[in-house]
Amino acid sequence: MSKTFDVAKIKKDFPLLERTVHDRPIIYLDSGASSLQPHVVIDAMSHYYATTHANVHRGVYSTAEEATILFERSRQVVGAFLGAVHPAEEIVFTKNTTESINLLANSWGATNLGPGDAVVLSIMEHHANIVPWQMLSARLGFEIRWITVDSEGFLILDDLDALLEGAKLLSITAMSNVLGTINPIRELAARAHAAGALIHVDGAQSVPHLGTNVVADDLDFLSFSGHKVLGPTGIGVLWGRRELLAAMPPFLGGGGMILDVKTDGFLAADPPQRFEAGTPPIAEAIGLSEAIRYIDTIGIDEIRSHELHLTTTALDALAGRFGDSLTVHGPGPGAHRGGVISFTLEGVHAHDMAQILDSVGVCVRPGHHCAKPLMRFLGVPATARASFGLYNDEHDIEVLLEGIDQAAKLFT
Amino acid sequence: MAELEELYREIILDHYRSPRNKGELASPPALRAEGFNPLCGDEVVVTVDVNGGVITDIKIGGQGCSISQSSASMMSASVKGKSVEDAQATIAIFKSLMSVHEAQLEVSDASPEEQPIDLKALGELAALQGVVKFPVRIKCATLSWNTLIQALGDLPS
Repeated sequence: MSKTFDVAKIKKDFPLLERTVHDRPIIYLDSGASSLQPHVVIDAMSHYYATTHANVHRGVYSTAEEATILFERSRQVVGAFLGAVHPAEEIVFTKNTTESINLLANSWGATNLGPGDAVVLSIMEHHANIVPWQMLSARLGFEIRWITVDSEGFLILDDLDALLEGAKLLSITAMSNVLGTINPIRELAARAHAAGALIHVDGAQSVPHLGTNVVADDLDFLSFSGHKVLGPTGIGVLWGRRELLAAMPPFLGGGGMILDVKTDGFLAADPPQRFEAGTPPIAEAIGLSEAIRYIDTIGIDEIRSHELHLTTTALDALAGRFGDSLTVHGPGPGAHRGGVISFTLEGVHAHDMAQILDSVGVCVRPGHHCAKPLMRFLGVPATARASFGLYNDEHDIEVLLEGIDQAAKLFT
Repeated sequence: MAELEELYREIILDHYRSPRNKGELASPPALRAEGFNPLCGDEVVVTVDVNGGVITDIKIGGQGCSISQSSASMMSASVKGKSVEDAQATIAIFKSLMSVHEAQLEVSDASPEEQPIDLKALGELAALQGVVKFPVRIKCATLSWNTLIQALGDLPS
């Protein structure tokens, strides 16, 4: 059931691509940091504010009812996108992936972890999936163990069973935001479960690009951010298996997360409201569900094929044009990698590379990509990272190469 | 693009390619401070020997982009052999060159007061003024200077 993938038509859906920088059309290659938003998302949010806005789960007047329905319907759309069985109870709206993981650590982690326990992470994690565990470990005294990577950027899984021995959680990214490596999540889930551990997947990079099924992969928890999946900033998702969420205490306290409050205590609401203290990001939830509907009309598999084609084209072109002077940090072309290309050009610091690329309109991210343990492990202080979205095309790659050429000329 | 050429002047690229006073002095006796730019991962280590109120030696370690590295290199050349007092005056002038424009990044109704900056007093450091057109890069240019201030702050007063 192949749908036609018309990138020229898709580009027209994204208003930001109409602007220019330094008198050149913008070439957006930073979807790994944040994606752009299509008209339909911006319009849905604006329409909501203009016609329906009211607080949810409170009022009985018409717009309050409508706002609540739209907000809860968004939960269903997100749940279906992840393959969740019970979206109404399993989809928790947060601020972003970072907050989702902090929720998991401070609720599930604080209840289940202590001295003698262990959490297994990988060295390729984003700081969002490291620091919350380090903060909790400093309080509770459990051990953090690390899966390392090989020279190509693949996880070394030979000793995984030993690392998992006695561990209570494996918390790991489905796709590296630096290397582009796609990790074998289904295998990791099976091995975690065989060792008696749960698995949490950081889906910030994978959910927007690869297609997700939390049931088929047999996951326990999954986090992702709205703004990387064509949605707005300010909304993220924590999906958890119903029975796990039901056993977890609240994270933040306040309005909306209680059944009852007395002077001597409170009774927490059921999930997901238990974890959504305060007025939630209503317009953002509506925007996120619209983003997912947009992706569904194009097809996540079609998006993946397109981005894989671009990634392979770019990797081949970079190797062909710059040879050994340019290093790509991560696996070579193939289905085992996503559309994230971190590179360094000999003699040009990543920050300078990004500045020169900006002068030809190309947006890339320089630096450590919030993954300093990985960068230290690789011995690379900084890389420039080009990352693809569904709205990129081969012309974008040509302009990227033109910019890299200019950097090479200026610095050598 | 003209602004880019102004940013990457030949003298800046020269200091980037051949950094002066690279390395690290034994500390103690040298004063030592580390600076980080979390945005891009730049790291700088400044070590200074101060004898009789004079900066007798300075070394710069760490890694970073051309702007942070050349600024550090020029800074080291500019303050080496100077009295701490004179060095602090140079720091103040350089920082004012950068800070007038740093205000662009801040939300404020008050327009920054344009004070005449003595570019001549800065010598080749004036080449870094192109940086101010790229507000994000100002932090690259000032990283080593702030680290030097930190190191000199360790001086017994």
